[in-house]
Amino acid sequence: MLNKTPLWKYIMVLMVVAVCALYASPNLYGEDYAVQISAGRDAVLDLPLIDKVNQDLADAGIEKKSIVLEDEQILVRLYDDSAQRLANETLAKSLGKDYTVAMNLAPDTPEWLDSLGGTPMKLGLDLRGGVHFLMEVDMNSVITKSLTDMEGDFKTSLREEKIRYSRVSIVDESVQIRFRDQDTLDKAEFFLKNRNRDITLVEQGDLVLVAKMSEQKLSEIRDYAVKQNITIMRNRVNQLGVAEPLIQRQGADRIVVQLPGIQDTARAKEILNATATLEFKMLDQEHDIRDALNGRIPPGSEIVEDQQGVPQLLLKKVMLEGSHIIDANAGVDEYGMPKVSISLDSAGGSKMSLATKGNIGNPMATVFIEYKATGEKNEKGKLIFVPEREVVSVATIRAQLGSRFEITGLDSPKEARDLSLLLRAGALIAPITIVEERTVGPSLGQENIDLGMQAIIWGFALVLAFMLFYYRSFGVVANLALAANLVMIVGVMSMIPGATLTLPGMAGIVLTVGMAVDANVLIFERIREEIREGRSPQQAIHYGYDSAFSTILDANITTFIAAIILFAVGTGPIKGFSITLMIGIATSMFTAIILTRVIVNGVWGGKRLQKLSI
Amino acid sequence: MRFFKLKESIDFMSMRIPAMIISGILIIGSLVSLGVNQLNWGLDFTGGTLIEVGYDKPAQLEQIRLQLEAADFGDAVVQNFGSSEDVLIRLAPRDGVKAQEVGDQVLSTLRSSGDNVDMRRIEFVGPNVGEELAEQGGLAMLVALICILIYVAMRFEWRFALGSVIALAHDVILTLGLFSVLQLEFDLTVMAAVLAVIGYSLNDTIVVSDRIRENFRKIRKGGPEEIINTSLTQTLNRTIITSLTTILVLMALFYKGGALIHGFATALLFGVIIGTYSSIYVASLVALMLGISREDLMPTVVEKEGADLDPLP
Repeated sequence: MLNKTPLWKYIMVLMVVAVCALYASPNLYGEDYAVQISAGRDAVLDLPLIDKVNQDLADAGIEKKSIVLEDEQILVRLYDDSAQRLANETLAKSLGKDYTVAMNLAPDTPEWLDSLGGTPMKLGLDLRGGVHFLMEVDMNSVITKSLTDMEGDFKTSLREEKIRYSRVSIVDESVQIRFRDQDTLDKAEFFLKNRNRDITLVEQGDLVLVAKMSEQKLSEIRDYAVKQNITIMRNRVNQLGVAEPLIQRQGADRIVVQLPGIQDTARAKEILNATATLEFKMLDQEHDIRDALNGRIPPGSEIVEDQQGVPQLLLKKVMLEGSHIIDANAGVDEYGMPKVSISLDSAGGSKMSLATKGNIGNPMATVFIEYKATGEKNEKGKLIFVPEREVVSVATIRAQLGSRFEITGLDSPKEARDLSLLLRAGALIAPITIVEERTVGPSLGQENIDLGMQAIIWGFALVLAFMLFYYRSFGVVANLALAANLVMIVGVMSMIPGATLTLPGMAGIVLTVGMAVDANVLIFERIREEIREGRSPQQAIHYGYDSAFSTILDANITTFIAAIILFAVGTGPIKGFSITLMIGIATSMFTAIILTRVIVNGVWGGKRLQKLSI
Repeated sequence: MRFFKLKESIDFMSMRIPAMIISGILIIGSLVSLGVNQLNWGLDFTGGTLIEVGYDKPAQLEQIRLQLEAADFGDAVVQNFGSSEDVLIRLAPRDGVKAQEVGDQVLSTLRSSGDNVDMRRIEFVGPNVGEELAEQGGLAMLVALICILIYVAMRFEWRFALGSVIALAHDVILTLGLFSVLQLEFDLTVMAAVLAVIGYSLNDTIVVSDRIRENFRKIRKGGPEEIINTSLTQTLNRTIITSLTTILVLMALFYKGGALIHGFATALLFGVIIGTYSSIYVASLVALMLGISREDLMPTVVEKEGADLDPLP
């Protein structure tokens, strides 16, 4: 018998649609205005804190919907945006700097759905409001600094080796060393080759040795510069109190920073552009820390807390500034213990060697200084930044140090990694500039959602009406498929973690609605043709589906190719559009071919038909 | 119901000379306009700063211009956007001033007069980024056309492939031409729309080509011209219906989607209409003129509908 569908196929189709519908459903519940509290390094989130938050909110007269402690953060749900803003200010003030308080929109997904992993679609910045920055790391100055370091390094090391040169200078992207005779040149070449494996040395007539950094070294330097900036950005974004920031590398030398919900872009930019430095200082061992804590701080000393909050008494005199650091790497020493190797530039090397000469056996502290915004502004309306100091490591000096030394005695490889990142951050080798900024205010975001929804609803309704009018019973089938298609697009978008819905994405959904019926139009027109050619209704259905299939496949694959290219090459709005287009093509193939066939077979299949309502 | 109840096939190909002349004139017109007027490149491509603000009452554009002039933003372009309360301010990239601060400065200038100004969006694009985006977009279009050319050549025949790619280029050039003639702003979303036009027009062309191939194999009588006419007639209803549903949703997008999506909807509306025309006249006409014949399309294995889908071992 023609046009019969086996039971398993019904079940399968039903299951696919049901799963998509299930994962699409969180989008129906909307979102709550919420404030989330996360703890800083020294703070803990516990029940007493919840009580305190409750008390603070009650004191300020703010009504809340719920308060929970989960995933190492406290989430307070509120009734409206003004309560949210008020709660955010109140809590930020009362909890102090140990906690980060951020405004957020928390999905109001029921618990059972949440436990199945159901989440609503992520909205792009153009729909929820926020700031998007594209920052570019200034590679020229990075390379220039490395060349300057190399120049200084050559000078000191050749002098130490008593190899006499007449001139060392930077020419383009290389360092050139001029010698007086061939012998010295050969000696120097041999020495430098052994010492620096990552540079290439070429002799250039006239007693000149040209040193260039290898491609690998150059790309390493660039890579470091970007990674280092990303680390610094992460630290700073945490200060801003943003609920779901995105900090991501883009291409060779760019960083994308997205801060949903932030409206004060001026403040965000100031904080992101702040600077950090690093200093090495000796511990003050002549005086007792307890006296100092009691207020008798010796002149020439100061108290700085370490990462655990333990105070340390340091000499004020700076042995070495972080700007002398060229590089810092985490590794393990010969006993398998974690260590950090540090390289200094030549000036730093001699400074260090001088400073450590008389201090062998004494502890040395590394202090990280970050300029943090106090939240207050000066009379010019600029944010006031105050340096915040923190001891990131204390290590005993074992020998006189030069331009390369190591810090050992670290607790874990993670600590070594963190320290090396901080050390490199202290060097701050790569300045960054903002090359693109897109800020969307909250009112526009909501308006975009409303407009997009309206366009989808109108487009959808118009197509439904037309199909019903034109194909009657079969139009109903096509409309069912179209509705299922819409649900599936939303479901798949919600399931894919990286997919975000943007305004162009909504346009993509509208377009997909219009184009998805194409497959059904092709099939139905074929069925009509077959009937006109005198086939029986059952045969017409069978051949209609059969012969339209390859056409539909070809047409969709080619459109899909276009969408993939859009995705691969495009950025921002184009990517958002291409994602919905791709998903739409895939789901529409399923609904238009398989789903409608199952319905058509279920309704008309296997019966004696004289006429089809098509 | 049916739009066209046709017993005989329409002689589309008899109109090929007028169609060629019309397409030729439109393409030349578009290219001339693109050369002379160029495109009205949006912020995404030129770089610069754009600020959209909302007032709680109809905005006084003249007054805003004066305010900005006083604050040394004399080159600002001020216009309404979407409604009389919303104002769009554009500034060209400038030297000296830190470009990323311009947006905030403009905003505080407008607020200094005591009006209630709602920041709706600020966009700043550095000049280099703009150039890169334009390059990327152009590259995307080229790569898309080449990939499609290869796929269609593999699935069908090189004459069809060339025909459909020429049809696509035709649609892209005319859509760009429209934006150039009307001096509509060409930004990233419009670029996405043009690429979507490629996708749509291709869809149409493939359906027609598919039918032409099928008919070459099925119908023993008649020359290429007649077979193409028959195929176009057979697919005419489908072509019209799909274009109609797509145009319906695009109308919804155009009227309901808001000012931000206007350019996008315009490009697609025009592109879909042109794409429908080109799938009938340009793609098949090129294939015909390149001398497509029955022998070129005969399957290598047993003749059966859809046989090309499951190659025999």
